[in-house]
Amino acid sequence: MNNKVKKIIPQIITLITVAGIFGFFTYNAQLNMDNRGIEFGYGFLKQESSFDVQFSLIDYDGSHSYARAYLVGLLNTLLVSFIGIIFSTIIGIIVGVARLSPNYLIRNSASFYVEFFRNIPLLLQIFFWYFAALRALPLPQDAEAWFGSTYMTIKGYYVPLFIWDNLDVFLYSILGAIICIGVIKTYAKKIQENEGKQLPVFYISLALIIAFPILSFVFGGVNIEVKTPELKQLSATGYIFEPALSLPPELIALVLALSLYTATFIAECVRAGIQGISKGQKEAAASIGLTPNQILKLVIMPQALRIIIPPTTNQYLNLTKNSSLAAAIAYPDLVLVFAGTALMQTGRAIEIVSITMLTYLSISLSISVLMNWYNKKIAIKEK
Amino acid sequence: MFKYLKQLTSFLAMVAVLFAFTTEAMAKKSKTLKNTQKKGFVRCGVSQGLPGFSNADASGNWTGVDVDVCRAVAAATLGDANKVKFTPLSAKERFTALTSGEIDILSRNTTWTLSRDADIGLTFVGVNFYDGQGFMVRKSSGITSVNQFKNGISACTNIGTTTELNMRDFFNSRGISYEPVAFEKADEVVAAYDNGRCDTYTTDKSGLAAQRTKMKNPDEHIVLPETISKEPLGPVVRQGDSVWEDIVRWSLNVMIEAEEYGITSSNADSMKTSDNPAIKRLVGAEGELGAAFGLDNDWSLRIIKQVGNYGESYKRNIADPGILPDRGPNQLWTKGGILYVPPAR
Repeated sequence: MNNKVKKIIPQIITLITVAGIFGFFTYNAQLNMDNRGIEFGYGFLKQESSFDVQFSLIDYDGSHSYARAYLVGLLNTLLVSFIGIIFSTIIGIIVGVARLSPNYLIRNSASFYVEFFRNIPLLLQIFFWYFAALRALPLPQDAEAWFGSTYMTIKGYYVPLFIWDNLDVFLYSILGAIICIGVIKTYAKKIQENEGKQLPVFYISLALIIAFPILSFVFGGVNIEVKTPELKQLSATGYIFEPALSLPPELIALVLALSLYTATFIAECVRAGIQGISKGQKEAAASIGLTPNQILKLVIMPQALRIIIPPTTNQYLNLTKNSSLAAAIAYPDLVLVFAGTALMQTGRAIEIVSITMLTYLSISLSISVLMNWYNKKIAIKEK
Repeated sequence: MFKYLKQLTSFLAMVAVLFAFTTEAMAKKSKTLKNTQKKGFVRCGVSQGLPGFSNADASGNWTGVDVDVCRAVAAATLGDANKVKFTPLSAKERFTALTSGEIDILSRNTTWTLSRDADIGLTFVGVNFYDGQGFMVRKSSGITSVNQFKNGISACTNIGTTTELNMRDFFNSRGISYEPVAFEKADEVVAAYDNGRCDTYTTDKSGLAAQRTKMKNPDEHIVLPETISKEPLGPVVRQGDSVWEDIVRWSLNVMIEAEEYGITSSNADSMKTSDNPAIKRLVGAEGELGAAFGLDNDWSLRIIKQVGNYGESYKRNIADPGILPDRGPNQLWTKGGILYVPPAR
């Protein structure tokens, strides 16, 4: 009993202190806002925003509401984080494996890359890529075509515009292919377990994922109209490409900087994971006749992933939060659009900052939950 | 006798109460003023570097017409125009810094609008520069008027400003589609435009003229003649301290009125013997103008002597460096401009 009380009292005191501090700040803010005639409320979210945004994934202009502007910023943040996470993972795995390469040049280049990029502040790197890109890239009228008819220019990367007929049929065909692959995989596993035969699952999958969409074109009435970018003159020296989809240089610079920076940390996680597996595992696998590829895929990686996933989750979270530096180079993410322009136009600092904080918290927690689920899935299952 | 005593007592009590109230009123000082005098400096929010308005040189000395408003308040309240602590603020930070009490005057080329004045705990005290939004383009583009803008034009600007809203109104009313590229800091806007990211750079015309001096080659750029908005720029204070508000307002007004009466930093002392009572009031030789704010009578003389009149400030900060040699609307009403302030009396 006495012990129990001893345990509980500090907790209660902590709780009261925290609540008191929080209450004090709330009260203080309330009092000061009252004194200065500032009203608190979220009604402004319904008002017309009356500012435009450079780059948006959904239909938006100034006649929409602040709530919609919030959504635009949120989606842009998610977009850059998503692309950044994919690129940084790919680069990170390659570099992480390269750091353990027996080849002197590969090993040391990888070490140099890691040490160089992780030791320079990210904001500086973002500025570097952005202004280096702006200096190096040509004006639209001087740009040469890449891969047929895409153009990398100072105003953005212009790619052909695709206009789809029956896009839904196309998407269903891909979905169908994925389901078939799942079925075949299960079947192949059964065959392997029962008869010891290995089916070429990879090639079958590849064939299916190509064949289904082609069939949808032939029989499903799916059609793509490709509009290639053409130079259009705005003034004596000003040109753009139209019609085209334009990826702004701000997005490209941001993805580049975030991926290259975060990849260095992921590379270290990967290296640690692989080195954490004892040599005996590899030797044992080799002794039962597995090929080097099979050793990596079936023996090393499944075990290494358990070490790699938790710290890599941290890096994904960091990348997402670091994407808020976008404001410095005019990429319209959540911080620039909502905690920047919308905050300035409405003056609702407390409301907007609280929404923004909650949003980042939710994004981070979602990523954590997802990665924890994956981590649990690959963890050692004790029987 | 007793009856009279009672009456006398109540009369005395009344007098005492009345007296107490008057001395209370006489001694009533602005809280912000009291804090400022206790600290020994005026806390002033300025821009992060806009030549002519608020700009720091290599050794950290701030100059500009916006800076001079804060210096005038320091001269009036503390007796020394140099007793100012400047806080550089981005467009995004400025109002929060003021309402949270980090600064006491915001003098940062800020446009006076209804929603800002009424909504977010701010009070605008006057206009120290009449401006309007314009566009800058490269000379080589051959564009000489906004009428030549075409669909797909990209425009660099700052976030969190009236500029962003005006730009939308302008392009929308003309049915032109455009790409807004909005940065948080002015330096990045200039760098991006200068490198060719945008076809045009839009902000207040004074800002365009000032930023042009920062470009790699200023002669390659021109400011288009059209003005697409009204941008009255002026100092801002927190709501709720009307005495402080008056001090800032009249510090600015004194500078403008001094120019109207030809009082300069060099002749202010000799003006004390002027025949014109309006001049004598401005240099503190007549009247009790300072008492209303809880200041001494030389407050306005110190402003004129230490900071100069509005014309001197304009010449020193904006005309002489070649930013906007023509005063345009920022000329006295007696000389064809629209600077017109209520009389200091």
